[in-house]
Amino acid sequence: MADTMAPPAVAAEAEHGPPGGPLDFQIVPLKGLPIVGVIMVLLIAAIASNKLWPLEFFHVAGGAAWTIIDLFLGLILGPIMGKMSIPARIEFTTKLMPKMLLIMPTVVTVTLAAGWQLSTYLGTNITGNPLHGWVVASMIVVGVMAILALGLLEPANVAVLFELKKPRPNPAVIERLMKRFIYCAGILGAMQVATLLIMTKLASG
Amino acid sequence: MSERKYPPFTEIGMLSLALIVIGGIYLSAHIPQHVPLGLPTALLIASAALTVINVGMLTRIPDFNWTRFAQVGKWALAAYLFTAALIEYAFLRNHLKGGPLVILTLSLLVYAVQVPAMIAFTVARYDSPAGAGADGSLAHS
Repeated sequence: MADTMAPPAVAAEAEHGPPGGPLDFQIVPLKGLPIVGVIMVLLIAAIASNKLWPLEFFHVAGGAAWTIIDLFLGLILGPIMGKMSIPARIEFTTKLMPKMLLIMPTVVTVTLAAGWQLSTYLGTNITGNPLHGWVVASMIVVGVMAILALGLLEPANVAVLFELKKPRPNPAVIERLMKRFIYCAGILGAMQVATLLIMTKLASG
Repeated sequence: MSERKYPPFTEIGMLSLALIVIGGIYLSAHIPQHVPLGLPTALLIASAALTVINVGMLTRIPDFNWTRFAQVGKWALAAYLFTAALIEYAFLRNHLKGGPLVILTLSLLVYAVQVPAMIAFTVARYDSPAGAGADGSLAHS
Protein backbone atom coordinates (compact mmCIF):
# COMPACT_ATOMS: atom_id res chain seq x y z
CA MET A 1 0.00 0.00 0.00
CA ALA A 2 1.22 3.47 -0.83
CA ASP A 3 0.81 4.84 2.65
CA THR A 4 2.94 2.12 4.20
CA MET A 5 5.55 1.41 1.54
CA ALA A 6 6.12 4.74 -0.21
CA PRO A 7 8.53 7.45 0.93
CA PRO A 8 6.83 10.19 3.03
CA ALA A 9 6.91 12.78 0.24
CA VAL A 10 5.23 10.40 -2.18
CA ALA A 11 2.71 9.27 0.40
CA ALA A 12 1.88 12.90 1.14
CA GLU A 13 1.36 13.57 -2.55
CA ALA A 14 -0.81 10.47 -2.85
CA GLU A 15 -3.23 12.02 -0.39
CA HIS A 16 -3.98 14.62 -3.05
CA GLY A 17 -4.84 11.89 -5.55
CA PRO A 18 -8.33 11.62 -7.00
CA PRO A 19 -10.83 10.34 -4.46
CA GLY A 20 -13.54 7.81 -5.24
CA GLY A 21 -11.84 5.30 -7.56
CA PRO A 22 -10.64 5.56 -11.12
CA LEU A 23 -11.06 8.79 -13.05
CA ASP A 24 -13.74 8.85 -15.71
CA PHE A 25 -12.08 9.53 -19.04
CA GLN A 26 -11.28 7.70 -22.25
CA ILE A 27 -7.61 6.95 -22.93
CA VAL A 28 -8.32 7.17 -26.66
CA PRO A 29 -11.21 9.60 -27.25
CA LEU A 30 -13.43 7.52 -29.55
CA LYS A 31 -15.32 10.61 -30.77
CA GLY A 32 -12.11 11.86 -32.34
CA LEU A 33 -11.38 8.71 -34.35
CA PRO A 34 -13.81 9.51 -37.23
CA ILE A 35 -12.18 12.94 -37.58
CA VAL A 36 -8.74 11.31 -37.77
CA GLY A 37 -10.15 8.84 -40.34
CA VAL A 38 -11.50 11.64 -42.53
CA ILE A 39 -8.18 13.52 -42.38
CA MET A 40 -6.28 10.35 -43.36
CA VAL A 41 -8.60 9.69 -46.31
CA LEU A 42 -8.14 13.30 -47.48
CA LEU A 43 -4.38 12.96 -47.07
CA ILE A 44 -4.31 9.80 -49.20
CA ALA A 45 -6.45 11.57 -51.80
CA ALA A 46 -4.04 14.53 -51.79
CA ILE A 47 -1.04 12.24 -52.32
CA ALA A 48 -2.85 10.26 -55.02
CA SER A 49 -3.89 13.44 -56.87
CA ASN A 50 -0.30 14.79 -56.69
CA LYS A 51 -1.57 18.36 -57.10
CA LEU A 52 0.21 21.36 -55.61
CA TRP A 53 -2.63 22.96 -53.62
CA PRO A 54 -3.82 19.95 -51.56
CA LEU A 55 -0.24 18.86 -50.88
CA GLU A 56 0.77 22.39 -49.89
CA PHE A 57 -2.35 22.73 -47.73
CA PHE A 58 -1.74 19.53 -45.78
CA HIS A 59 1.98 20.17 -45.37
CA VAL A 60 1.64 23.81 -44.31
CA ALA A 61 -1.46 23.34 -42.11
CA GLY A 62 -0.06 20.18 -40.49
CA GLY A 63 3.40 21.67 -40.07
CA ALA A 64 2.04 24.88 -38.55
CA ALA A 65 -0.11 22.91 -36.10
CA TRP A 66 2.84 20.64 -35.17
CA THR A 67 5.21 23.58 -34.61
CA ILE A 68 2.73 25.66 -32.65
CA ILE A 69 1.62 22.77 -30.42
CA ASP A 70 5.23 21.79 -29.63
CA LEU A 71 6.29 25.38 -28.90
CA PHE A 72 3.18 26.16 -26.86
CA LEU A 73 3.26 22.92 -24.89
CA GLY A 74 6.98 22.91 -24.25
CA LEU A 75 7.60 26.58 -23.55
CA ILE A 76 4.27 27.95 -22.24
CA LEU A 77 1.97 25.21 -20.98
CA GLY A 78 4.72 22.97 -19.54
CA PRO A 79 6.09 25.52 -17.05
CA ILE A 80 2.51 26.50 -16.08
CA MET A 81 1.60 22.85 -15.42
CA GLY A 82 4.72 22.47 -13.30
CA LYS A 83 3.40 25.17 -10.94
CA MET A 84 -0.14 23.78 -10.65
CA SER A 85 -1.37 21.88 -7.59
CA ILE A 86 -1.38 18.08 -7.91
CA PRO A 87 -5.20 17.73 -8.19
CA ALA A 88 -5.35 20.56 -10.77
CA ARG A 89 -2.51 19.00 -12.72
CA ILE A 90 -4.22 15.59 -12.71
CA GLU A 91 -7.50 17.08 -13.89
CA PHE A 92 -5.74 19.06 -16.62
CA THR A 93 -3.74 15.99 -17.67
CA THR A 94 -6.84 13.79 -18.01
CA LYS A 95 -8.35 16.39 -20.33
CA LEU A 96 -5.24 17.24 -22.37
CA MET A 97 -3.39 13.95 -22.84
CA PRO A 98 -6.15 11.86 -24.48
CA LYS A 99 -6.56 14.59 -27.09
CA MET A 100 -2.81 14.74 -27.63
CA LEU A 101 -2.84 10.99 -28.25
CA LEU A 102 -4.95 11.56 -31.35
CA ILE A 103 -3.78 15.02 -32.43
CA MET A 104 -0.01 14.56 -32.49
CA PRO A 105 0.31 11.34 -34.52
CA THR A 106 -2.26 12.70 -36.99
CA VAL A 107 -0.55 16.06 -37.36
CA VAL A 108 2.90 14.47 -37.72
CA THR A 109 1.75 11.88 -40.26
CA VAL A 110 -0.07 14.52 -42.34
CA THR A 111 2.91 16.90 -42.31
CA LEU A 112 5.53 14.31 -43.21
CA ALA A 113 3.54 12.35 -45.82
CA ALA A 114 2.33 15.49 -47.59
CA GLY A 115 5.79 17.05 -47.20
CA TRP A 116 7.57 14.17 -48.92
CA GLN A 117 5.06 14.17 -51.78
CA LEU A 118 5.30 17.96 -52.09
CA SER A 119 9.06 17.70 -52.20
CA THR A 120 8.77 15.10 -54.97
CA TYR A 121 6.30 17.32 -56.85
CA LEU A 122 8.59 20.37 -56.60
CA GLY A 123 11.71 18.32 -57.28
CA THR A 124 13.49 19.60 -54.17
CA ASN A 125 14.35 16.05 -53.06
CA ILE A 126 16.32 15.40 -56.24
CA THR A 127 20.08 15.54 -55.71
CA GLY A 128 20.69 18.16 -58.38
CA ASN A 129 18.16 20.65 -56.98
CA PRO A 130 19.81 23.74 -55.41
CA LEU A 131 17.55 23.39 -52.36
CA HIS A 132 18.30 19.68 -51.90
CA GLY A 133 20.71 20.33 -49.04
CA TRP A 134 17.97 22.15 -47.11
CA VAL A 135 15.56 19.25 -47.66
CA VAL A 136 18.16 16.81 -46.31
CA ALA A 137 18.72 19.15 -43.34
CA SER A 138 14.97 19.13 -42.65
CA MET A 139 14.96 15.32 -42.81
CA ILE A 140 17.76 15.19 -40.23
CA VAL A 141 15.93 17.57 -37.86
CA VAL A 142 12.67 15.66 -38.31
CA GLY A 143 14.51 12.36 -37.83
CA VAL A 144 15.88 13.45 -34.45
CA MET A 145 12.47 14.81 -33.46
CA ALA A 146 10.80 11.55 -34.52
CA ILE A 147 13.16 9.44 -32.39
CA LEU A 148 12.46 11.61 -29.33
CA ALA A 149 8.72 11.74 -29.95
CA LEU A 150 8.30 8.04 -30.71
CA GLY A 151 10.71 6.75 -28.09
CA LEU A 152 9.99 9.04 -25.15
CA LEU A 153 7.04 11.37 -25.63
CA GLU A 154 4.40 9.03 -27.06
CA PRO A 155 5.05 6.16 -24.59
CA ALA A 156 4.95 8.66 -21.68
CA ASN A 157 1.66 10.05 -22.99
CA VAL A 158 0.01 6.60 -23.10
CA ALA A 159 1.53 5.39 -19.82
CA VAL A 160 0.40 8.43 -17.82
CA LEU A 161 -3.16 7.88 -19.02
CA PHE A 162 -3.09 4.22 -17.97
CA GLU A 163 -1.69 5.26 -14.59
CA LEU A 164 -4.47 7.80 -14.11
CA LYS A 165 -7.07 5.13 -14.92
CA LYS A 166 -5.99 2.99 -11.98
CA PRO A 167 -8.12 2.97 -8.79
CA ARG A 168 -5.14 4.49 -6.94
CA PRO A 169 -2.81 6.28 -9.36
CA ASN A 170 0.77 6.54 -8.18
CA PRO A 171 1.67 10.28 -8.08
CA ALA A 172 5.38 9.47 -8.35
CA VAL A 173 4.82 7.62 -11.63
CA ILE A 174 2.59 10.40 -12.99
CA GLU A 175 5.11 13.05 -11.95
CA ARG A 176 7.96 11.18 -13.63
CA LEU A 177 6.06 10.51 -16.86
CA MET A 178 4.69 14.06 -17.09
CA LYS A 179 8.18 15.48 -16.54
CA ARG A 180 9.44 13.27 -19.35
CA PHE A 181 6.56 14.43 -21.55
CA ILE A 182 7.00 18.12 -20.84
CA TYR A 183 10.83 18.13 -21.11
CA CYS A 184 10.58 16.20 -24.35
CA ALA A 185 7.98 18.65 -25.69
CA GLY A 186 10.33 21.51 -24.71
CA ILE A 187 13.25 20.00 -26.63
CA LEU A 188 11.00 19.35 -29.61
CA GLY A 189 9.75 22.94 -29.36
CA ALA A 190 13.33 24.22 -29.50
CA MET A 191 14.03 21.96 -32.49
CA GLN A 192 10.94 23.34 -34.19
CA VAL A 193 12.76 26.68 -34.41
CA ALA A 194 15.31 24.92 -36.64
CA THR A 195 12.46 23.50 -38.70
CA LEU A 196 10.98 27.01 -39.09
CA LEU A 197 14.33 28.34 -40.34
CA ILE A 198 14.71 25.52 -42.86
CA MET A 199 11.10 25.63 -44.08
CA THR A 200 11.03 29.40 -44.56
CA LYS A 201 14.28 29.14 -46.52
CA LEU A 202 12.76 26.37 -48.69
CA ALA A 203 9.60 28.41 -49.26
CA SER A 204 11.66 31.49 -50.18
CA GLY A 205 13.74 29.55 -52.74
CA MET B 1 13.76 6.92 -4.61
CA SER B 2 14.62 3.21 -4.98
CA GLU B 3 13.62 1.79 -8.32
CA ARG B 4 12.95 -1.65 -9.68
CA LYS B 5 15.60 -2.48 -12.27
CA TYR B 6 14.51 -2.96 -15.86
CA PRO B 7 16.67 -3.62 -18.91
CA PRO B 8 17.33 -0.51 -21.06
CA PHE B 9 14.44 -1.38 -23.38
CA THR B 10 13.56 2.21 -24.31
CA GLU B 11 17.19 3.23 -24.85
CA ILE B 12 17.90 0.24 -27.11
CA GLY B 13 14.60 0.81 -28.90
CA MET B 14 15.54 4.44 -29.58
CA LEU B 15 18.97 3.36 -30.83
CA SER B 16 17.29 0.83 -33.13
CA LEU B 17 14.96 3.57 -34.41
CA ALA B 18 17.88 5.96 -34.88
CA LEU B 19 19.67 3.42 -37.10
CA ILE B 20 16.73 3.02 -39.47
CA VAL B 21 16.13 6.77 -39.47
CA ILE B 22 19.77 7.34 -40.53
CA GLY B 23 19.40 4.67 -43.22
CA GLY B 24 16.11 6.16 -44.38
CA ILE B 25 17.57 9.68 -44.60
CA TYR B 26 20.63 8.34 -46.45
CA LEU B 27 18.41 6.60 -49.01
CA SER B 28 15.94 9.49 -49.32
CA ALA B 29 18.79 11.96 -49.81
CA HIS B 30 19.97 9.98 -52.88
CA ILE B 31 16.66 9.00 -54.46
CA PRO B 32 15.95 8.95 -57.42
CA GLN B 33 19.64 8.60 -58.30
CA HIS B 34 21.54 5.34 -57.82
CA VAL B 35 22.03 4.66 -54.11
CA PRO B 36 24.85 2.54 -52.69
CA LEU B 37 22.95 0.05 -50.51
CA GLY B 38 25.81 -1.14 -48.27
CA LEU B 39 25.38 1.39 -45.47
CA PRO B 40 21.56 1.31 -45.25
CA THR B 41 21.60 -2.51 -45.36
CA ALA B 42 24.11 -2.66 -42.51
CA LEU B 43 22.06 -0.14 -40.50
CA LEU B 44 18.86 -2.11 -41.10
CA ILE B 45 20.47 -5.40 -40.01
CA ALA B 46 21.87 -3.74 -36.87
CA SER B 47 18.48 -2.16 -36.12
CA ALA B 48 16.63 -5.47 -36.57
CA ALA B 49 19.22 -7.24 -34.39
CA LEU B 50 18.68 -4.66 -31.64
CA THR B 51 14.92 -5.21 -31.88
CA VAL B 52 15.40 -8.96 -31.43
CA ILE B 53 17.81 -8.41 -28.51
CA ASN B 54 15.31 -6.01 -26.95
CA VAL B 55 12.44 -8.50 -27.13
CA GLY B 56 14.76 -11.20 -25.79
CA MET B 57 15.62 -9.05 -22.76
CA LEU B 58 11.95 -8.36 -22.18
CA THR B 59 11.15 -12.08 -21.92
CA ARG B 60 13.67 -12.40 -19.09
CA ILE B 61 11.99 -9.84 -16.81
CA PRO B 62 10.36 -11.67 -13.90
CA ASP B 63 6.70 -10.82 -13.20
CA PHE B 64 6.41 -8.62 -16.25
CA ASN B 65 2.79 -7.75 -17.06
CA TRP B 66 2.46 -9.42 -20.46
CA THR B 67 -1.31 -9.03 -20.43
CA ARG B 68 -1.03 -5.24 -20.26
CA PHE B 69 1.85 -5.29 -22.74
CA ALA B 70 -0.29 -7.24 -25.25
CA GLN B 71 -3.36 -5.09 -24.60
CA VAL B 72 -1.54 -1.84 -25.37
CA GLY B 73 0.80 -3.34 -27.94
CA LYS B 74 -1.88 -4.71 -30.27
CA TRP B 75 -3.66 -1.37 -30.66
CA ALA B 76 -0.42 0.55 -31.00
CA LEU B 77 0.73 -2.02 -33.56
CA ALA B 78 -2.47 -1.49 -35.55
CA ALA B 79 -1.96 2.29 -35.49
CA TYR B 80 1.72 2.17 -36.46
CA LEU B 81 1.15 -0.46 -39.16
CA PHE B 82 -1.36 1.99 -40.64
CA THR B 83 1.15 4.87 -40.65
CA ALA B 84 3.83 2.52 -42.06
CA ALA B 85 1.43 1.51 -44.83
CA LEU B 86 0.77 5.17 -45.58
CA ILE B 87 4.49 5.88 -45.91
CA GLU B 88 4.89 2.74 -48.05
CA TYR B 89 2.08 4.00 -50.28
CA ALA B 90 3.94 7.29 -50.75
CA PHE B 91 7.05 5.33 -51.84
CA LEU B 92 5.07 3.20 -54.29
CA ARG B 93 3.20 6.26 -55.58
CA ASN B 94 6.58 7.69 -56.54
CA HIS B 95 7.60 4.49 -58.36
CA LEU B 96 10.30 3.50 -55.90
CA LYS B 97 11.49 -0.05 -56.65
CA GLY B 98 14.34 -2.53 -56.30
CA GLY B 99 16.82 -2.55 -53.43
CA PRO B 100 15.86 0.85 -51.94
CA LEU B 101 12.19 -0.20 -51.78
CA VAL B 102 13.07 -3.48 -50.02
CA ILE B 103 15.29 -1.71 -47.46
CA LEU B 104 12.77 1.06 -46.78
CA THR B 105 9.92 -1.48 -46.48
CA LEU B 106 11.87 -3.59 -43.99
CA SER B 107 12.85 -0.41 -42.10
CA LEU B 108 9.18 0.49 -41.88
CA LEU B 109 8.49 -2.99 -40.50
CA VAL B 110 11.09 -2.47 -37.75
CA TYR B 111 9.53 0.95 -37.02
CA ALA B 112 6.01 -0.54 -36.89
CA VAL B 113 7.14 -3.17 -34.37
CA GLN B 114 9.63 -1.16 -32.31
CA VAL B 115 7.48 1.88 -31.54
CA PRO B 116 4.41 -0.08 -30.30
CA ALA B 117 6.76 -2.27 -28.25
CA MET B 118 8.24 0.84 -26.56
CA ILE B 119 4.76 2.22 -25.83
CA ALA B 120 3.53 -1.13 -24.46
CA PHE B 121 6.69 -1.59 -22.37
CA THR B 122 6.38 1.87 -20.79
CA VAL B 123 2.79 1.14 -19.78
CA ALA B 124 3.43 -2.44 -18.61
CA ARG B 125 6.52 -1.62 -16.54
CA TYR B 126 4.42 0.54 -14.21
CA ASP B 127 1.75 -2.14 -14.08
CA SER B 128 3.68 -5.26 -13.19
CA PRO B 129 1.96 -8.11 -11.26
CA ALA B 130 4.33 -7.42 -8.39
CA GLY B 131 2.82 -3.94 -8.29
CA ALA B 132 6.08 -2.05 -7.92
CA GLY B 133 5.79 1.61 -8.86
CA ALA B 134 8.47 4.03 -9.99
CA ASP B 135 9.35 4.61 -6.37
CA GLY B 136 9.52 0.90 -5.62
CA SER B 137 6.35 1.14 -3.55
CA LEU B 138 3.39 -1.22 -3.78
CA ALA B 139 1.01 1.63 -4.56
CA HIS B 140 -1.19 -0.40 -6.90
CA SER B 141 -1.42 -3.63 -4.96
